[in-house]
Amino acid sequence: MVGTAAHDELMGELAGMLALLNKGGVVITRATDFNADLNVDSVAVMDFVLEVEDTYDITIPINLLSEVTTVGDFADVVARARANN
Amino acid sequence: MDLFDKFKPIAEAYAGLRASGADPFKVAFDRIVSPTVGMIGNSEVVLAGTNNYLGLTFDPNVIAAAQKGAAEFGAGTTGSRIANGTYGPHKLLEEELAAHFGLDQAIVFTTGYQANLAVVAGLAGPQDVVFIDADCHASIYDACKLSGAQIVRFAHNDPASLDRRLSRLDRDASNKMVITEGLYSMFGDVAPLAEFIEVKNRHNAYLVVDEAHSFGVFGPNGLGLAEAEGVLADCDILVGTFSKSLAGIGGFAASSLPQFDLLRVAARAYMFTASSSAASIEATRAALREIKAQPELRDKIWANAKRLHAGLAGAGFKLCASPSPVIGVDMGDPGKAAAFWNALLAEGVYVNLAIPPGTPNSTSLLRCSVSAAHTPDQIDFIVDCFTAVATRFAASDAAE
Repeated sequence: MVGTAAHDELMGELAGMLALLNKGGVVITRATDFNADLNVDSVAVMDFVLEVEDTYDITIPINLLSEVTTVGDFADVVARARANN
Repeated sequence: MDLFDKFKPIAEAYAGLRASGADPFKVAFDRIVSPTVGMIGNSEVVLAGTNNYLGLTFDPNVIAAAQKGAAEFGAGTTGSRIANGTYGPHKLLEEELAAHFGLDQAIVFTTGYQANLAVVAGLAGPQDVVFIDADCHASIYDACKLSGAQIVRFAHNDPASLDRRLSRLDRDASNKMVITEGLYSMFGDVAPLAEFIEVKNRHNAYLVVDEAHSFGVFGPNGLGLAEAEGVLADCDILVGTFSKSLAGIGGFAASSLPQFDLLRVAARAYMFTASSSAASIEATRAALREIKAQPELRDKIWANAKRLHAGLAGAGFKLCASPSPVIGVDMGDPGKAAAFWNALLAEGVYVNLAIPPGTPNSTSLLRCSVSAAHTPDQIDFIVDCFTAVATRFAASDAAE
């Protein structure tokens, strides 16, 4: 998935949706850490999940967030959910 | 590597809080004088953050019942409900609660936290999906996690958000459990239960409503928000606590689901903990009788809630919701909230400090809860103290 046009498009879309949380204007990459780089707490990440679920019409159980620390981790979760849709 | 390294951000934030004055999480009352007044050392403090909604903790009948319970059954039960820890009073309270709700069964748990653990983790499993309102209490989040079920979170008080999430899983064969609260404990806002019920019925899901903060306060008989909204019979399971309007400690769940009683042999939070003491159970039974005998307590708490809400709004404070016995005052940022909390305590008013992480929308707030036992003068005193502190803070800001 990484390196494909679909992945780049997804990363671009997620970066756009993260704009409100990205108060420091950090350049979003796969390695961007929600907590360390964006200073976003777990509740804010869960709120972001709500927006992403409705944007792509997918289900992202919050159980899966235990595996997520970076935007790249999250993009992989989203990509899997879209593939299963 | 240290076991405590992961708490570094919390430790730093906590140290910052303590540097601004008293430790908000280690306040100890040396004496409780009444449902609305406590003593810290020699200082009298008006209690406006206790959840003692109906003020029954000092009701003479409740105290006498607790004393009788301890005298007749001993101080503790020394066992779980499924071993030696079920006494006559536990059974009687369950019968009385079920009758009070007009439901077939009620089960009593040792705390409200455990009531949620038992209902959610006891009933939902890895093959099921739980749909949780974003602002649900930590006990519900913990229960969902413990259940092993898939956890799908929907936007707070948003039936359309729930509807979309249930629709996505309509073809899924799993059982679906929706969990909301009645009155939310931080902002004091209430769930649109009738709309949630319409959604859950359409998707054939179960609905669990936690009425911890609404039992005793809402509804013609004080049964909670579901009664007030006329939808009690459409809720599959109601959860509640004894530690607020019922003046004791413990929790319950009530339902007419035919196999509800199986929780007693399936829910680990019921099976593997000691049962509530007879003193607490008898106090709760007496408080339940008082709730029925004194409907005027609800008039008093609502009058107090409206008086405090109007007073604070009139003084220019930003409040989190419409009037209810829980009034959240939005302070803007954690530092100001902590400083304000300290100043209020010094003036003689205790409220709850709630700051991120974990608060809805990362809000920093002072949470007030009113009691039927507050006098109008006490409510006015609380408003006066808030106003005095705000005036002082504004003057200090202007001087900087």
